[in-house]
Amino acid sequence: MLVVENVSGGYNEKEVVKDINFSVEAGEFFGILGPNGSGKTTLIKLISGILDLKKGHIEIDGRSIATYSKKELAKKVAVLPQLSPQVFPYTVKEMVSLGRYAHHQGLFRTWTKEDEEIVQKVMKQTNIIEFQNNSVMEHSGGEQQRIFLAQALVQQPKILLLDEPTNHLDLAYQKELLDLLRKNAKEEGLAVVAILHDLNLASLYCDRLLLLENGRIRMLEHPDTVLTEELINRVYATEVVKQPHSKIAKPQLHLMPSKKSELTEKRLTIDETCLSVYQEQIVVESTIPLKTVSSAVTGAGTGWYRYFVNRRVDETYHCLDHRKEMQDYLEAHGFPTNQTVGMMTAVELADVSYGLHPGDGFSVFVVVTAGVGNAVDGTRSEVYYGPVVSGTINTWIFVNGHVSEEAFIQSIITATEAKAQVLRDLDIKDRETGTIATGTPTDSMLVAATQQGKKLDYAGTKTELGTLIAKAVYHEMKRAILNYLKRKDRGD
Amino acid sequence: MNNAIKYSVAVALLISATLIAISIGTVSVPIIDIVKIIGREGLHLPIGYDVEEKYISIVYDIRLPRVLLAGFVGASLAISGAAFQGLLRNPLAEPYLLGVSSGASLGAVATIFFGLSLPVIGNYTLPLFSICCAFLTMVFVLYFAKKIDQAMRVETIILTGIIFSSFLASFISLIIALTGDELQQIIGWLLGSVSMRGWRYVAIILPFFIIGSLLLMVNTKELNAMSLGEERAQHLGVDVARKRLLILIAGSTLTGAAVAVSGMIGFVGLVIPHLVRKLWGPDHVHLLPLSMLIGAAFLILTDLVSRTVISPQVLPVGVITALIGAPVFAVILLRQKRESRGEG
Repeated sequence: MLVVENVSGGYNEKEVVKDINFSVEAGEFFGILGPNGSGKTTLIKLISGILDLKKGHIEIDGRSIATYSKKELAKKVAVLPQLSPQVFPYTVKEMVSLGRYAHHQGLFRTWTKEDEEIVQKVMKQTNIIEFQNNSVMEHSGGEQQRIFLAQALVQQPKILLLDEPTNHLDLAYQKELLDLLRKNAKEEGLAVVAILHDLNLASLYCDRLLLLENGRIRMLEHPDTVLTEELINRVYATEVVKQPHSKIAKPQLHLMPSKKSELTEKRLTIDETCLSVYQEQIVVESTIPLKTVSSAVTGAGTGWYRYFVNRRVDETYHCLDHRKEMQDYLEAHGFPTNQTVGMMTAVELADVSYGLHPGDGFSVFVVVTAGVGNAVDGTRSEVYYGPVVSGTINTWIFVNGHVSEEAFIQSIITATEAKAQVLRDLDIKDRETGTIATGTPTDSMLVAATQQGKKLDYAGTKTELGTLIAKAVYHEMKRAILNYLKRKDRGD
Repeated sequence: MNNAIKYSVAVALLISATLIAISIGTVSVPIIDIVKIIGREGLHLPIGYDVEEKYISIVYDIRLPRVLLAGFVGASLAISGAAFQGLLRNPLAEPYLLGVSSGASLGAVATIFFGLSLPVIGNYTLPLFSICCAFLTMVFVLYFAKKIDQAMRVETIILTGIIFSSFLASFISLIIALTGDELQQIIGWLLGSVSMRGWRYVAIILPFFIIGSLLLMVNTKELNAMSLGEERAQHLGVDVARKRLLILIAGSTLTGAAVAVSGMIGFVGLVIPHLVRKLWGPDHVHLLPLSMLIGAAFLILTDLVSRTVISPQVLPVGVITALIGAPVFAVILLRQKRESRGEG
């Protein structure tokens, strides 16, 4: 469809883009990225024929663009410009109809039935048909952008070029516009070539990305390959962090603000001073959000949280929607739900065991509540679909250090192994199978880190962090279970 | 509004303006007699033998050529104003404000001063020089405006036009100072007037009017596209470089010829397209012909006012158009500023 070969070009004597090579197929959504001044707009202007090539050649539909007349070219290539203020109050329909210019030949061109049908169809498609008789100037930026998109589409182009189409549009319009473009690409075989400023939008919508740096191609690949922390950090001279989109298989990049604020400078240690034990709740409160991985009732998964609540419920607690009930509970007690991790337990909170365990340049604060009345051996028991009984060993591990992604997961493995060891040493058995238990059916775990201070890359059983976690969890959990057993013995 | 209605209104306005302007004066001529005289003298129909002889002379030798000249000048200025505005996407662009009229004036004054007369074309030397100077001025103004401000903002173009106007006016003053006599006549001409010109001047403007307005009429679609910006026009398939040149030549031709026969009459090219756009929309396909009709009617009526308001003295018609035009200019400028400041 579009072939760009060894193209160099720019304004006056200057070559803004150099040695550009790529091709775009029908139906493809092709993104052009690059920092300011990298030549994105120049490249678009070369393809749309606004600027002349200095070197190389561009082919559209197998023909060099130099051989196209202006009108012929406009039938192949349409451009959606950046929004600019309107001077004259054309009606929406008049504005869209101007897109048919290239399809009219001769001095006495008349408006045909075909013209009218195409204009009506496109206005419907772009959702502007209901205000076709209004003045363009009355409409918001998002609507004006749709009007210009309609104007470009009635050219019936094979290729649509866009220069930062989402500029000045709010979120909803950005999505709407890009969805519409992608639909057009897939259904009508339109080749879409778009300069996008927003790397995350580019990742979500583009089939391939062309990354420009100083007028040259830095990389031309699938979004996942182009959008790497290393490459983007180098080309844009910034700091981003790459993460998968939480709902779809597309990468997203997050900017990292430079760490200068006083709040984050102050070193924080999570220890007993942050802990409060009440009749009905155990609460750890942090002055800054902690990066957290947990299997809690609310705030599960990965996130940043400031409040950690272990709530005691009655052994007969039963609720159809316990997540909602827990949220209501937290709210009622003044915890902001989006900053709080909430767990439940049926054991006496007075039996809690906790302690700060220092390592070399970092430390681990562990809090455990444990009840083993319904302990099971997970390797031998059957699936059970009944109501959940909150017996439960709840383990909280707070790391005063900077924990890597893999170390978070390894921490959970290491702590779980320590738990199994405690149960074995205390000879806790599964009542049904008579074998040593591996836990209870509703155990929950949480690893939270301050992400300050010493970098802790690994938490396997032979690492600094791993061994400390294993020993700390073993120590606190054993004490918690002994407390629990003592209370049972006393016959509470 | 239906297109047929728009054109009917405009044509009706033009015809009534023409008849009224011919009818009113120191001697009033009944409209029915005017129709008869035009029918008899112009179309050689066998009617009007009962009309008084002195009416025939007043209508056919004095008032009709004057009204026709006013009409052609008004039409030329209005249509070229509308075209310049579309081309430069600037509702304030107008031959007078762009300095094009001054350029044309200088050309005309220089032709008179040096007594130039080219062989073969004779009478048409004056308008040809005016047109060339108008075109050159236009090109210079746009070149400088672009140098100052790539985006060619509304104010930049107008400011450049006014600077060129003043500069060219100083040359005109110099020439006037050198001529000494005929001073009153040249100043009167500069202020813009269609009085005492006669059929010769109608004949001078007519071919240029036809060529210029035809050139513009076949480029109305292109003007629509270019009013979105030159780059956008090219995206839509317009051969911008060629069409721009054509439109500039046509606009200069109309302005140059109008100035050559009537001097500097300002603001017609601003007020009329603005009014037509307000009433009937900005589509150049209709804006140009409608501006032409309304512009003709407008100048015929203002000329009527200029010769009757302080009768028997005659006021230059340019004074009246400026009296109406300058406030309209101010209003458009204010609204523009408010819009560009407003919620984008």
